[in-house]
Amino acid sequence: MSLSDTLADIRRRNDWPLLAQAVPFARMLGLRVDVKGESFTCVLPYDHSLIGNPVLPALHGGAVGGFLECAGILHMLWSTDAQSIPKTINFSIDYLLSGRAQDTYANVYVVKLGKRVSNLRIEAWQTTPDKPVVVATMNLLMR
Amino acid sequence: MTLPHDTTAWAHFLKIAPYTARLGIEAGTADDGGCVLALPYRPEFVGDPDSGVLHGGAVTALIDTTFGFAVYFRIQEYRPMATLDLRIDYLRPAKPGVKVHTRAQCYKLTPELAFVRGCSYEDDAEDPFASCVGVFMFTAAQPAPAKAATVP
Repeated sequence: MSLSDTLADIRRRNDWPLLAQAVPFARMLGLRVDVKGESFTCVLPYDHSLIGNPVLPALHGGAVGGFLECAGILHMLWSTDAQSIPKTINFSIDYLLSGRAQDTYANVYVVKLGKRVSNLRIEAWQTTPDKPVVVATMNLLMR
Repeated sequence: MTLPHDTTAWAHFLKIAPYTARLGIEAGTADDGGCVLALPYRPEFVGDPDSGVLHGGAVTALIDTTFGFAVYFRIQEYRPMATLDLRIDYLRPAKPGVKVHTRAQCYKLTPELAFVRGCSYEDDAEDPFASCVGVFMFTAAQPAPAKAATVP
């Protein structure tokens, strides 16, 4: 099944958890999509294999960064009628706190939805949304 | 013990960190200009199932890891540090089905910060698919005495 068929299926059945299964990298991370009404959240369930520093322990910066990039793309597949994966033009990550060995959540804010380029801000948090651990900005080329 | 340009001495780090071990990030080469690490192509790293192109998030892990090693090479010792920020420009999609590399150089050091730049490519560093810059912060306030710096 092509991605556009999978997306059509998910949209028809309103089965958003399935979105995480449509992208192999999201599946590998164990990412979960949680849609409640108009609210979209991605969850990165804690797994030992996501650790970068076993002494602290802390999540690998690349794991959290990759999770946020994934969350941004999945949000666009949810909030628009995109038929294919939008292309990332650039991705900028600020690490505010070290990611603890626990579940991580991502909230996505569409700063600008453009015909050609969209700009997203993505915030990862672990205890409460107003205490982000990692924030990211991304520009996406819409097709 | 310093980190020699012989990459076998520091490949150990890639095996003890669970996430780099899971992705299979490999030690490449190192010289005075920086270092190179590689990420094998695996179907589970794909971001676009129609094209088979790697997900940017898989490349992010390679970049973050390679940048950290570039700092260790520059200071020739292990010091605890954290990524402060990373910015990646995707110049073109990575070619599906092949191993990718990241080359990184730490081009500026202060007592607290290390500035790194680099690029990611399939086999030709002159034809990168991603360009990146990053800043790392040493988490110990004072530089560790040279004697105490050891590679575990």
